[in-house]
Amino acid sequence: MGKILEINGPLVRMELPGVTLGEQVRVGALGLVGEVIARDGDTALAQLYEDSTGLAPGEQVEGLGHPLSVELGPGLLGGIFDGVQRPLEEIWRITGDRIARGVHVPALSRDRKWTFTPIQEHQSGRLLNAGDVLGTVQETASIEHRILVPPDVSGVLLELAPAGEYDVDATIARVRLHDGEIRKLSLSHRWPVRIPRPFKQRDHAVQPLITGQRILDTFYPLLKGGKAAIPGPFGAGKTMLQHQIARWCNAEIVIYVGCGERGNELTDVLESLPKLTDPHTGRPLMERTLLVANTSNMPVVAREASVYVGLTIAEYFRDQGYDVVMVADSTSRWAEALREVAGRLGQMPVEEGYPAYLGSRLAAFYERAGRVETLAGTSGSVTLIGAVSPPGGDFSEPVTSHTKEIIQTFWALSKELADARHYPAVDWLESFSGYVGQAARWWADNVDPGWADARARALELLSESEELRRIVNLVGVDALSSEQRWSLEAAELIKEALLQQSATDEVDSYASPEKQYLLLAGLLGIYGQGMKLVQLGVPAQRLLELPVMHEARRWKTRYGAADMAGLRERTAGLTGDFARLELEYSPLTSRDQERGI
Amino acid sequence: MKNLEFRTASSVRGGLLVMANVPGIAAGTRVSLTDHAGRRRNGLVIRTSDAAVLVEVFEGTDDLDLERTWVRFLGEPFSLPVSRDILGRVFNGVGLPRDGRPPIVSGQRRDINGAALNPAARAYPREFIQTGLSAVDGMNSLTRGQKLPIFSGGGLPHNRVAAQIVRQARLLGESGSEFVVVFAAFGVSSQDARFFQESFEESGALERLVMFLNLADEPVIERLLTPRAALTAAEYLAFELDHHVLVVMTDMTAYAEALREVAVLRGDVPARKGYPGYLYSDLAELYERAGRIKNRPGSITLIPVLSMPSDDITHPIPDLTGYITEGQIVLSRELHAQGVYPPISVLPSLSRLMKDGIGGDFTREDHPRVASQLFASYAKALEVRGLAAIIGAEDLSEGDRRYLQFAEAFERRFVGQGEEEERDVYATLDLAWDLLSMLPLEVLTRVSEAELAKYHRQNRS
Repeated sequence: MGKILEINGPLVRMELPGVTLGEQVRVGALGLVGEVIARDGDTALAQLYEDSTGLAPGEQVEGLGHPLSVELGPGLLGGIFDGVQRPLEEIWRITGDRIARGVHVPALSRDRKWTFTPIQEHQSGRLLNAGDVLGTVQETASIEHRILVPPDVSGVLLELAPAGEYDVDATIARVRLHDGEIRKLSLSHRWPVRIPRPFKQRDHAVQPLITGQRILDTFYPLLKGGKAAIPGPFGAGKTMLQHQIARWCNAEIVIYVGCGERGNELTDVLESLPKLTDPHTGRPLMERTLLVANTSNMPVVAREASVYVGLTIAEYFRDQGYDVVMVADSTSRWAEALREVAGRLGQMPVEEGYPAYLGSRLAAFYERAGRVETLAGTSGSVTLIGAVSPPGGDFSEPVTSHTKEIIQTFWALSKELADARHYPAVDWLESFSGYVGQAARWWADNVDPGWADARARALELLSESEELRRIVNLVGVDALSSEQRWSLEAAELIKEALLQQSATDEVDSYASPEKQYLLLAGLLGIYGQGMKLVQLGVPAQRLLELPVMHEARRWKTRYGAADMAGLRERTAGLTGDFARLELEYSPLTSRDQERGI
Repeated sequence: MKNLEFRTASSVRGGLLVMANVPGIAAGTRVSLTDHAGRRRNGLVIRTSDAAVLVEVFEGTDDLDLERTWVRFLGEPFSLPVSRDILGRVFNGVGLPRDGRPPIVSGQRRDINGAALNPAARAYPREFIQTGLSAVDGMNSLTRGQKLPIFSGGGLPHNRVAAQIVRQARLLGESGSEFVVVFAAFGVSSQDARFFQESFEESGALERLVMFLNLADEPVIERLLTPRAALTAAEYLAFELDHHVLVVMTDMTAYAEALREVAVLRGDVPARKGYPGYLYSDLAELYERAGRIKNRPGSITLIPVLSMPSDDITHPIPDLTGYITEGQIVLSRELHAQGVYPPISVLPSLSRLMKDGIGGDFTREDHPRVASQLFASYAKALEVRGLAAIIGAEDLSEGDRRYLQFAEAFERRFVGQGEEEERDVYATLDLAWDLLSMLPLEVLTRVSEAELAKYHRQNRS
């Protein structure tokens, strides 16, 4: 027990001998929780996860003996938690519409019982390693929760509970550790959030994460276990794009961390996901989703913690052998929380007020992504997608520039595109992906061998058109040759018919890899056919008048998932659309000449 | 403690007062000061230890005398007395009457800082509010419970636009759904404040109006409390008395500047342009108080007005605001100069909640796609206009010339309208089709073929 010496915003200086750095403390009559961030002799400095109003010097403090950690076990999925893993639905029931301070509710419900099925091979006397699967709980219809031996436990199994109903605290196994201590295991265990969960070794990421978004999957792919950033000024559609990824990506578990963002966005996710079905399993999307929310009006210190809470839960599901995607919206708010605390501690600011360790913290954070061989010997992955909110849309600011050096896939959002309502506003020139090679192998094996080539041609056309657009803006369209004019128009076609994708249109919202490729190949087909005619002397204007030019813009909304054969047929039969023009402009063949025409 | 007066001020500098030897004072406690002339001032404890207590004085610390300042710690945070009687009243920045009428007497006082709304308790805003302005209703619609700021600049008619929205805002097809208006002005001129007051008077809405005023010549630090007091009143009206509340706050730039002033005094590390790193969180604490709550009939719709310093949308104040609010209505100096009222620049404007509040269930089935088509066509038209400025309009193709005409008509007839003109959303959509019909059928690829058949004038005639 100790006492408060000084209160300065969320920082509390206290007399508390023997407390360790990072330890959780309970402060004052209100029982507010915080963590120790500095020690100096008998005094310690703690930052509180809640507003400190009403605390007074002299009030009691106590150390809780453990660092910030999360509770891991059945009951996580479908839930919404705050930045320190308090269950917000439960808190709503207890304290009403507004979050009261000093409320302590465990993350996992104690009232609920789960049907546990032990692994048959586990007999008493068997040696258990950290990370081994003890048994399973069918948590939702689509997700089987694998109960793991905690990463810091290994020893001889003395007893494993029979199949039956257990709550998360009930003992399901007893293990004799190597030092002779007997440890009881339950369906849940705790893990400190700032320590990465261990695994056997890193694996190479091999499979692309399919998001159903054409500009992402086709042009700037991300792999399962990869790391990506979505930077963009406000209004560029960051949140929309992340929601689309959370909805449609082919991960097995999705963790959405709303870090310092709008309350209504989380409400949107909470209200819309239960109504949507997973295109890969046909189950409601909420069954595989978990939300961590520290909205912008919630305390800043818990914001810093929220991304680690999400990440640790992600690693926990990875350790069960799942492919997990974690979306962090927005890492800038997390960095700002770091800055705010650093400022209060009087640490020397380097760039725009950020502390010197910003870059290393960001790197360590993203490094927790990856595809691994788990302790149990299976394969699992954590894919990390971080939104970045650069002030004024300036990508040279510290958070964006540091992030850019760390991640492999960069989906840059552009204000200009968003203003013209080109969605998703992913800038095809600024974005990049370091995973194209690996993705190409998957596309070749699973969709079409022509993918890499088609992708490259489309990108080339897009970048050429940018050059041409500059010329047009200087001297007008008449300065272009017919070929150039056609290239420019074909690029416009690709932008409208392929890159633009409507999140609100039922058919267009998700595009399967097959549909993505058929559209790409079809549009390139139009470009190629047209170019042939232009070289025969057909004016570009005549080509633009062809009905197929307008019709192709509707392909994406016309051909749904059930009608891929129709799209295949349509894009294969393009020559017909150009036949009349071709006939008109074809040079006379030798036979025609013989006949004297 | 509440009744004890201390005279232990040990130092004072620009708005901050340090009290020595007052142990056990809680953080965030409200403070009442009496200076040597007997005048009352208000303050707040922002840092506390047994040795020293730091007090922020809202009315400023000018001519305070260390030895002759008496300080009482009131043992509670800043709070606002609330009751039904606040309707029709005018308060100052800290919630005291400034209309010459007696103070509000009520057993219920509310901490003006509020408490964060649990995200699980929020209900997603979906109900379309018709403002009668085509540029808003047609393309950047407002939803009940939304926070949608007006980004403006000095000399632009943001006050007139805001007042028009307040006068005309109503729900479709629901009678008796009138809004209660909470108006908070901080750092604005008395002329601007009077303009709003008169505008509300004209619409006969005074008994549905609560005003909180801190004018340009009044204490700066008080501005940090004004929006909080106003939002506290709004929360009471919305979630206790079940009203639909429309909150207009102006000018957020003055608020942020006050915050910067205090931050500098406190010695906080500056982030961008001298604004403290917590400007984002601080603004969010205000803006996020808008919304809807499950199982409660009331709502708070928030329209903050801010003037962008030198019309720069990347300045920290509009920038951070845009990251928190659900869109923005941007006013354009160029349109204003051309005499277009309201000078709403539709392309940088945005309403994030629009997608869920329009369409067949709320307005009309073609609305989402018509809006999308208008955006696309107008963006294309502006591109053509840029080209015409270089090569001359006469060298444009026939198709491009039609875009030029479209842009002109769009700005004059669709965006432009009278200050007293209230267009219902159907008139707005019909007008949109009139304009889209200036363009050839083939280029209208964002609307469906069925809609083209039904609404395009070429098909209808």
